[in-house]
Amino acid sequence: MAQYKMHLLVCGGTGCRASESTKLVENLQTVLRTNGLDNEVQVVTTGCFGFCEKGPIVKVMPDNTFYVEVKPKDAEEIINEHAIKGRKVSRLLYVDPKKEEAVSDSKHMGFYQKQIRIALRNCGFINPENIDEYIARDGYAALGKALTEYSPEQTIDVIKKSGLRGRGGAGFPTGLKWEFASKYKDNEKYVVCNADEGDPGAFMDRSILEGDPHSILEAMIICGYCIGARNGLIYIRAEYPLAIQRLKIAINQAREYGLLGENILGSSLSFDIEIRYGAGAFVCGEETALIHSMEGERGEPTVKPPFPAEAGYLGKPTNVNNVETYASVPVIILKGADWFSSIGTEKSKGTKVFALAGKINNVGLIEVPMGTTLREVIFEIGGGIKNGKAFKAVQTGGPSGGCLTEKHLDIPIDFENLVASGSMMGSGGMIVMDEDDCMVSVAKFYLEFTVEESCGKCAPCRVGNKRMQEILDQLTKGNGTSEMIDQLYNLGSVIKDTALCGLGQTSPNPVLSTLQNFHNEYVAHVEGRCPAGQCRAFIQFLIIAKKCTGCTACTRVCPTGAITGERKQPHTIDQLACIKCGVCQRKCKFNAIEVM
Amino acid sequence: MEKIKLTIDKRTVEVEKGTTVYQAAKQIGVNIPVLCYMNLGHLGIENRPGGCRVCVVEVEGRKNLAPSCSTLCTEGMVVKTNSPRVLNARKTVLELILSDHPKDCLVCAKSGNCELQELAIKLGIREIPGEKYSEMSTYRPDTSPSIIRDLDKCVMCRRCETMCNKVQTVGALNAINRGFMAVVAPAFERNLENSPCTFCGQCVAVCPTGALTEVNHTNQLIRALADPTKTVVVQTAPAVRAALGEEFGMEPGTLVTGKMAAALRTLGFDYVFDTDFAADLTIMEEGTELLNRIGKFLEGDKDVKLPILTSCCPAWVNFFECNYPDMLDVPSTARSPQQMFGSVAKAYLADKLGVKREDMVVVSIMPCLAKKYECQRDEFKIDGNPDVDFSISTRELAALIKGANISFTSLPDEDFDNPLGESTGAAVIFGATGGVIEAAVRTAYEVFTKKKLDRVDFTELRGLEGIRSASIDFNGTTINIGIAHGLGNARKLLDGIRAGMYNFHAIEIMACPGGCIGGGGQPYHHGNSEIIKARHQAIYREDAEKPIRKSHENPYIVKLYEEFLGSPMSEKAHHLLHTHYFDKSKQKQD
Repeated sequence: MAQYKMHLLVCGGTGCRASESTKLVENLQTVLRTNGLDNEVQVVTTGCFGFCEKGPIVKVMPDNTFYVEVKPKDAEEIINEHAIKGRKVSRLLYVDPKKEEAVSDSKHMGFYQKQIRIALRNCGFINPENIDEYIARDGYAALGKALTEYSPEQTIDVIKKSGLRGRGGAGFPTGLKWEFASKYKDNEKYVVCNADEGDPGAFMDRSILEGDPHSILEAMIICGYCIGARNGLIYIRAEYPLAIQRLKIAINQAREYGLLGENILGSSLSFDIEIRYGAGAFVCGEETALIHSMEGERGEPTVKPPFPAEAGYLGKPTNVNNVETYASVPVIILKGADWFSSIGTEKSKGTKVFALAGKINNVGLIEVPMGTTLREVIFEIGGGIKNGKAFKAVQTGGPSGGCLTEKHLDIPIDFENLVASGSMMGSGGMIVMDEDDCMVSVAKFYLEFTVEESCGKCAPCRVGNKRMQEILDQLTKGNGTSEMIDQLYNLGSVIKDTALCGLGQTSPNPVLSTLQNFHNEYVAHVEGRCPAGQCRAFIQFLIIAKKCTGCTACTRVCPTGAITGERKQPHTIDQLACIKCGVCQRKCKFNAIEVM
Repeated sequence: MEKIKLTIDKRTVEVEKGTTVYQAAKQIGVNIPVLCYMNLGHLGIENRPGGCRVCVVEVEGRKNLAPSCSTLCTEGMVVKTNSPRVLNARKTVLELILSDHPKDCLVCAKSGNCELQELAIKLGIREIPGEKYSEMSTYRPDTSPSIIRDLDKCVMCRRCETMCNKVQTVGALNAINRGFMAVVAPAFERNLENSPCTFCGQCVAVCPTGALTEVNHTNQLIRALADPTKTVVVQTAPAVRAALGEEFGMEPGTLVTGKMAAALRTLGFDYVFDTDFAADLTIMEEGTELLNRIGKFLEGDKDVKLPILTSCCPAWVNFFECNYPDMLDVPSTARSPQQMFGSVAKAYLADKLGVKREDMVVVSIMPCLAKKYECQRDEFKIDGNPDVDFSISTRELAALIKGANISFTSLPDEDFDNPLGESTGAAVIFGATGGVIEAAVRTAYEVFTKKKLDRVDFTELRGLEGIRSASIDFNGTTINIGIAHGLGNARKLLDGIRAGMYNFHAIEIMACPGGCIGGGGQPYHHGNSEIIKARHQAIYREDAEKPIRKSHENPYIVKLYEEFLGSPMSEKAHHLLHTHYFDKSKQKQD
């Protein structure tokens, strides 16, 4: 067996693969072979590193050198310079945007310094398609420990004491959920993994499944042991082909190793896992809807109780947890409840993965201890706002979360605090907005998503969200009245109060939170202004005569012929003909076109 | 049973464990408004998807409002059904539902009978905020021979789905599309006619709004009545007389046979006859067929198809044609009473009256919507002229009577005309589940044993249990009888037969729960199962009061065979009174 001196970890997550990381791996291997180094240096395709903004990523071990935006053609240089000559390829190193200097290794990157990776512990570290690499990182040791040292009740106790709460959104204590399912007596029970990640912008579940699929299998087997189930089901959206492929490989490997099937690890436990595909409906992330979808019924929620723990899949006791929740389970068993509960805040223990997106420098996936502040996440890990613009708001919790502002930046992030601020944890989406974002339009954007994704079962969500969206549409089009703002308040609070499922109940959050935090912006729209200058109904494009050189570039791109003027003379825009598309502004090299 | 104490609107109430807040409130006279909820007590089914959110209440300690229809009472629960928060939420939710509902109430088929309209009145809705810029969800309308779907009026209560899938196991209706565009429709967005729909009309019977209504044939009827060249003949089904009175404010279960005959005469029908006559005729044919098959069976014929299944119910016929195409030779070949009446009227009566077939219009008054489809089936037409021209429902008849300014309740009782108006008690009970088979037993017993029946009432065949069975002693030969009403129960029974679980000789199946008294064309019961029970009792009351209670003793039936048909199952009878079935398991394309 080869004893490698160096490992090149190349991200094989969906994002980096889209930027040709597969080709990069091939090139690296070819160059290594040509140089006779294939027994010295190993190229490992890993899961996501989280730093998606700068993918594809190549991390060199053991020195932690972190290359970003690596192209397939860079393979030769990396091998020749780094592997052979021992010199880092400085042009591929990450440059800190604040200090404007290259960072030599990942340990000194602001992006990673505040992170504690528990759920993502193996992502970007091991080859997810190789069970041995998982086992080498203590994989399946937690299962062994639970089976040999703990009774099911004791195992549940560890999870309860750890304070682990559901990472799918609602934050229900996981140990308690397992305990409920374990108490219902039935020969047939189910362990379900909710991998129907539906929040736009959130991709932690996908990354975990792509980067560390065995951790989910291990946790599900442990859960089966705890609640007395023989069957596991992973409900995953069909548009996650890579995650599905890696899950299938993992399941087959686990079966080969006797970790799935009859008498696991020589114990009396028998457990196996099947994959079920979802068609990508947002509502199927709600556990009762998910269960109905798996049963072949229409994917829509039903009234709880009965909870799935009592009557779930096929009417049998069922435990449903989200991917990220399961991912934390094996480590908790291994390192103990006290270790896990020492991280985080009083009521929210451990870490949480967030998907950073929007107007932020470091877009990507991060995992931080509960209690980290939004400021730390956005300005330290996230590297601040893009293009030096001012921070305006951050939307947490996906489409049904709320928009938080400057005044919330120092609140420690946990389940309770986010809800108290009018938002929620959700699955951990975090979208950052800057001064150019119109909050009324933002609320409308999110509502469009919920309107599109509502299952239509209950009236408040089916009709109410549509009506709110229409009001927001009127506001952004300049037809707003102050009664409309009152209506938004009323509709939002009634929908929150009456909708059937969690998704419906939270769907007005973007509207209610922006009404609360940016009330003036709503009033401005009624008065005929869009402070962010985004809503076309309220803006005019004007040519500043002093700056205009008469180059005619704008006249050539204007789709309606609204711009006229002599060559080398200042041009003018006919406001009646202008459709406010903004193409002229983007085309102008002299910043002569301004929005008024 | 464990008892639970809770407080509703500051009043203490004690209920059994498992009671919902809605039911508990009802116990103390607090009627929480509901829309999607429907308790079908006689079927043991509750429709409570928790979808409309009109019935929400405030529960102390709960962060959001709770749907009272599907929230179970817990010990010490404190409920407020009328707090300002609840009242505002309820009104807002109803305004939302109304904002996506057409406002053509004045001309809607359900006006005055619409549960949504009733709610709007109760909650005093006077305007819909934002109506000017609110979009309405819309879906293409669909007209089948029996049922009209106007999905713009659908409020997603899902009652029709519950009836179609859980009760009837037909599976023609299910929610499709998402969010604002969600509606209930057949799979692949087909039209109802090309779906597995049996036209039983149970969806129409429970629809709270005008989204599902029957195809209205009253205009056609009025035109026929106004045409002096036409002889218009009417027949009325047994179940109609037990329910029509409800439309005029009479107590459920009031028998209005005589008033109905008088009203029909006033409306201008030339002859007012009774489907009951044809029901007696059905017994002669179906009973003979039953005895033939049993006779062959007793002689050791292994090919004989037993149990014989009744075939009077057109929705049931549609159901087995679609779901049991391998069993098409099992049901009796006897046509339904409606169709037997039609063919006898247009052959025998027309001849007697000297009226040409095409100048005679046969109208049926039915508790049923499937009959509208049945009378249009090609096998019941001669040269395109149907034996029964059209069928109108109990509800349509009531509307006609009201429209004609007839004071129904003060009408004198009148008799049917003859020869097709005379009937026996055996025919009347066709209207209730178990009635057809009881009527058949009354005749078959006497024909088989050649003895007079001492006891006419076979109470063991009666009741509202979904599936029933009884064994009748035919003078030493035991005849096993099965009964099912509701197509879901029929399916259970048929699957049981396929699996060899039962040893029945004869089975009666009615598509509608309760039999024809619970038909899709009857006055709306709005989920009150007491109404079904009252109609059920009325049917047996009419039977008990009849001087003749066995079909073969109906003098006009005897005369019909003497003068015209010869004997039951004769060639002429076969031609006029029997039919054949088709494999409809492969649905037609739209």
